[in-house]
Amino acid sequence: MRISCRVNGEVREADQVWPGESLLWFLRERLGLPGAKNACEQGECGSCSIYLEGNLVCACLVLAGQAQNRDIVTVEGLAEPGALHPIQAAFLETGAVQCGFCTPGLIVATHDLLRRNPEPSDAQIKEALAGNLCRCTGYAKIIAAVHLAAGRLVSAP
Amino acid sequence: MEFLQPTSWREALEMKTARAEALPIAGGTDVLVDLNFDRHRPEVILDLNRVAELSEWQPANGRLRVGAGVSYSRIITELGQRLPGLAMASRSVGSPQIRNRGTVGGNLGSASPAGDAHPALLAAGASIEVTSLRGSREIPVDEFFLGPKRNALKPDELIAGFWLRPAPGPQQFAKVGTRNAMVIAVCSFGLALDPEQQTVGTGIGSAGPTPLRAGEAERFLAEALGEGDHWRSGQPLPESARERFGELVARAARPIDDVRGTAAYRRRALAVLARRTFAWAWQEYTAQ
Ligand SMILES: Cc1cc2nc3c(=O)[nH]c(=O)nc-3n(C[C@H](O)[C@H](O)[C@H](O)COP(=O)(O)OP(=O)(O)OC[C@H]3O[C@@H](n4cnc5c(N)ncnc54)[C@H](O)[C@@H]3O)c2cc1C
Ligand code: FES
Ligand code: FES
Repeated sequence: MRISCRVNGEVREADQVWPGESLLWFLRERLGLPGAKNACEQGECGSCSIYLEGNLVCACLVLAGQAQNRDIVTVEGLAEPGALHPIQAAFLETGAVQCGFCTPGLIVATHDLLRRNPEPSDAQIKEALAGNLCRCTGYAKIIAAVHLAAGRLVSAP
Repeated sequence: MEFLQPTSWREALEMKTARAEALPIAGGTDVLVDLNFDRHRPEVILDLNRVAELSEWQPANGRLRVGAGVSYSRIITELGQRLPGLAMASRSVGSPQIRNRGTVGGNLGSASPAGDAHPALLAAGASIEVTSLRGSREIPVDEFFLGPKRNALKPDELIAGFWLRPAPGPQQFAKVGTRNAMVIAVCSFGLALDPEQQTVGTGIGSAGPTPLRAGEAERFLAEALGEGDHWRSGQPLPESARERFGELVARAARPIDDVRGTAAYRRRALAVLARRTFAWAWQEYTAQ
């Protein structure tokens, strides 16, 4: 089947999509957007986190067909082209990125948290990021990165 | 594989009648896992996301009717005051990503004994509205689960939504798991106190072939509260009665040993959850 949706503000289309295909596969393999990562394909790790109609979801748990004519934002769409989003910069600066596989999902989940709660506590950060697994960092630096990003975004003009 | 995408409830029901083998999909948080791991290859998928009626809720005749497609996140933010037990259960589901997509209709469709909405629905005395072109029927939730992952749906039926009264009193939900997030319950328990009717509702999760009510425990606690005039006085229930309530809940469970826990552990934990949720609920009741 043919699927068309708006991804990061642009209408994108692909043909011959298999009806059982996940949105994650569609984004990565058909549209060439590898930001959302495929690690578990069962909703456990959050590395495929994206926005669908403004809601944070695991792209591996959505059918491509369910995204027909819907609005999607992936990690590639958060910052201006060629620039880093303040959340991305904060992750780099605090050392919250090691192998980096979990990072895109964490960036999108953090983005979702900070737009709803601009100054979250540690407990609120842990709850909001509970669905994003990282096997490298031990999470302390990730929490530090969220605080750093939050502080900068709150004080930004 | 075929992909059907009805845009109205009527059209969805027509498609389900024409293609009884079609697998409905709502949030997809159960269905996609099966598809991704190739555990299941349905011939036809019926996407219910474009059926606006399913994602609505409204008060009707003193009750609430909640569409099958309302997500856990929306239950928490939009219905948290009116359905506190279900909202607590919803908060314990997966992660934000899962709660944004997952629905109570999907939980009922999967009918896992571990589904977190079930104990809350059982305790609150909910009923499930199921519909086909032949008409609608309302199934009390304690008759909805027939066995592990089996429910009372006929092949041409879809879950339209569920009905329950806005909480007339305190409601609680507690779940045992290895983490505070992203866990399938080792066991879980829902409790609802109804000071108007002076009754008690319970729901046991993940400790039997289906979610279960603890009928004897409900009657015992309601009687103990009534006899001692506790509803009026707000006096605490004697220790022995609280113990007894826990024992009766544990006895109502029909757990097995599995990877998540042993039967003996589940019974023991349920007795604790029952006493604890009652203590919380009673504290809330007497604080009012
Ligand atoms: C990482 C992860 C964590 C999870 N954590 C929890 C948890 O903590 N607690 C918990 O209870 N569950 C959990 N789940 C399971 C799942 O999220 C829930 O069962 C959820 O309620 C399913 O809802 P859905 O809308 O996504 O269902 P779907 O996957 O869309 O559907 C589930 C089933 O219901 C059927 N169905 C859906 N809607 C209808 C309808 N209207 N009429 C008839 N049949 C219908 C489908 O055909 C399918 O059989 C988790 C899942 C994942 C992937
Ligand atoms: S790949 Fe989607 S949650 Fe892990
Ligand atoms: S940095 Fe390696 S998994 Fe998180």
